[in-house]
Amino acid sequence: MSTTEFLFSGFGGQGILFAGKFVAYKGLVDDKQVSWLPSYGPEMRGGTASCSVIVSDTPVGSPIVSEPDVLVAMNLPSLDRFESAVKPGGIIFMDSSLIERKVNRTDVRVFAVPATKLASDNDMPTLANMILIGKILQVLDDFGDASVAAALGKVISAKHADMLEVNLRAMQIGRAYQD
Amino acid sequence: MDKVLMKGNEAIAEAAIIAGCRHYFGYPITPQTEIAAYMAKRMPKIGGTFLQAESEIAAINMVYGVASAGLRVMTSSSSPGISLKGEGLSYLAGADLPSFVVNVQRGGPGLGGIQPSQSDYFQSTRGGGHGDYHMIVLAPYSVQEMAELTVKGFELADKYRMTAMILADGTMGQMMEPVSLDLQVAEPPQKPWATTGTNLSRKHNIINSLSLVPEELEKLNVARYERYKIIERDEVRYEEYRMEDADVAIAAFGIAARVSKNAVDEARKMGIKVGLIRPITLWPFPKAPFAKAAEHVKQFISVELSMGQMIEDVKLASECKVPVTLCNRVGGMIPTPKQVLEAIVAADKGGKL
Amino acid sequence: MIVFDKPHALIDVPLHYCPGCTHGIVHRLVAEVMDELGIEGKTIGIAPVGCSVMAYDYFNCDMIEAAHGRAPAVATGVKRADPTKVVFTYQGDGDLASIGMAETVHAAARNENITVIFINNAIYGMTGGQMAPTSLIGQVTQTSPYGRDPKLCGYPIKVCEMLRELDGPEYLERVTVNSVAHVRAAKKAIKKAFQNQLDGKGFSLVEVLSSCPTNWGMTPQNALKWIDEKMIPVYPLGVYKDRSATQEGGNK
Repeated sequence: MSTTEFLFSGFGGQGILFAGKFVAYKGLVDDKQVSWLPSYGPEMRGGTASCSVIVSDTPVGSPIVSEPDVLVAMNLPSLDRFESAVKPGGIIFMDSSLIERKVNRTDVRVFAVPATKLASDNDMPTLANMILIGKILQVLDDFGDASVAAALGKVISAKHADMLEVNLRAMQIGRAYQD
Repeated sequence: MDKVLMKGNEAIAEAAIIAGCRHYFGYPITPQTEIAAYMAKRMPKIGGTFLQAESEIAAINMVYGVASAGLRVMTSSSSPGISLKGEGLSYLAGADLPSFVVNVQRGGPGLGGIQPSQSDYFQSTRGGGHGDYHMIVLAPYSVQEMAELTVKGFELADKYRMTAMILADGTMGQMMEPVSLDLQVAEPPQKPWATTGTNLSRKHNIINSLSLVPEELEKLNVARYERYKIIERDEVRYEEYRMEDADVAIAAFGIAARVSKNAVDEARKMGIKVGLIRPITLWPFPKAPFAKAAEHVKQFISVELSMGQMIEDVKLASECKVPVTLCNRVGGMIPTPKQVLEAIVAADKGGKL
Repeated sequence: MIVFDKPHALIDVPLHYCPGCTHGIVHRLVAEVMDELGIEGKTIGIAPVGCSVMAYDYFNCDMIEAAHGRAPAVATGVKRADPTKVVFTYQGDGDLASIGMAETVHAAARNENITVIFINNAIYGMTGGQMAPTSLIGQVTQTSPYGRDPKLCGYPIKVCEMLRELDGPEYLERVTVNSVAHVRAAKKAIKKAFQNQLDGKGFSLVEVLSSCPTNWGMTPQNALKWIDEKMIPVYPLGVYKDRSATQEGGNK
């Protein structure tokens, strides 16, 4: 019996909700119980965006993640705000292009990926989120690869099917990145 | 049918369409706009009507018009908008019209905030507008229930010729969960009372809430409450979770029940015998499980996103045989499982937080 | 040979209106039009809150009683439920131009394919003679006992003139029923407003300047004169909008 609670956080427009949706869809494809809950606010772009995602073998209770197993921080305010909330033994994935400081916690694992820079270097400026997702897929063993394409197919609407390829490539870049 | 990931708001909209609703009227307000957006996309493709009304007041009166014509119809809003619809809700009750209304609650009073709340409990379970009347109030706690109770709501509204309301909150509306839309829908009943034109073949039908003769108005009110008694007998819904041997019972609905389930499981791991009674119909309120529990628990804890509204019904249903305490957050805040757990531990020790 | 008969669309019961009130005339005109167009069986009428609140007991077609001012919204629902039906509202000045102004303006702006019969008698009758949105400057009412003072409570609302500025509505005409000639003209306008709906042309409103001898404190005869002398100068009769006629070049 396992439950993984994710918290994704960053600026609006960084694809925070999308990244969370991908993880939720992947859970669905993998036959897990899932929930996805966005923060919602009056600002549509540029404000802080976060979302809670739970992937579990058992029915999900509260969909609100206040102590994440996995924190995905895509900007400094997100790390500042949520670092202390991560469960001991948990994992922090962060975009080190936008977060210059180190993580203070010593009881968590940290993966710093310069996702925004990698995205820009590889001519996919909007896909820093999926580069981080690639890293998550590599680090979380039980999160397997098999269903990635299927999940991506569900989260990307048919209208944007031409985006599938580049999303997969972004995840590959994240997966291959080593500190 | 495969499960799909949907937001609670979208699940309500799709379920309404499945239930045969082809007319939606609404006015934009956070956090329920996904319902209108979904309807705006879907209705034109299935020969239905989506209309953004000039106000919530107009929207509920358009609902009144379609309901008078005998068709399934809905509107949705959030707390401040529901207050505006209060007039229409009262008229719908007075004219005995079936309608389906969704309230995805946000914090109040006034303009309040846009984060989740359950502080419209009194407003909805006590009718919402002027006069003696009730609405059937359904409180889903998952996206699947958002869909299922929507279908149920349309059916109950038709069956009893009254308004059925989904009382959800911002979390329920905004969250995505897997949902199966393989929903069974009963055939709507005949509506010989509807104003669809006499075709010169019958006496004219009148949809009306005016009755100037007190004796007659009294009769109408009494008859309506006779109908309510049947609903209280036949339509009560609730879930009991780990209540069999409980020493402490939590009362919670919607998102508060989700949070509470986590706390119940944690407390059980600590050896505390605690259970949860989750009302699914807020009106009619499930009195029986509370009366039964009052015989063996030492305390009820009402977990709410309000300053304590359902707690009054818990006290009434349990006839105050044991203490009822409140564990709450308001203004858009949500109690954490930890907060509920602390309340459980305190209750188990017999103390009060 | 029958030369005069009660319209079939009007139920044969005593109306509750005060002596000299012109509601009865307008009711009859609407019923005659329903008869002549053969639409009673597929017509749904919406009654307002105001003196004509019980119009549902007088018209033989299916009737709905709406909340105060909301008739155009209710009519929108009924019409959208089945566009093949004929839907009309019958509203007074308080209902249509005060509490229900938003519903009126937006139904007009949407060119909702309904017919609106608007009774303007410059006063609230049912509640006992309070100032209406259409009360004249200086008009004494229960709530403007020293005469309507524009500094205090603004100016009369001219509904046809106001709605004319919208692109939505199809047809707007102001008539009155204080003489035989005027009654004939009113009937013609009401018939056109229903015919427009049958033709799918859209929102058609007929404003009828009406009398309220009781609350004006006049004899019925003087009340009819008062329409000529006081009301018409402020609310000139005529066609304010007739989109089809304008587009087709000339009146039909």
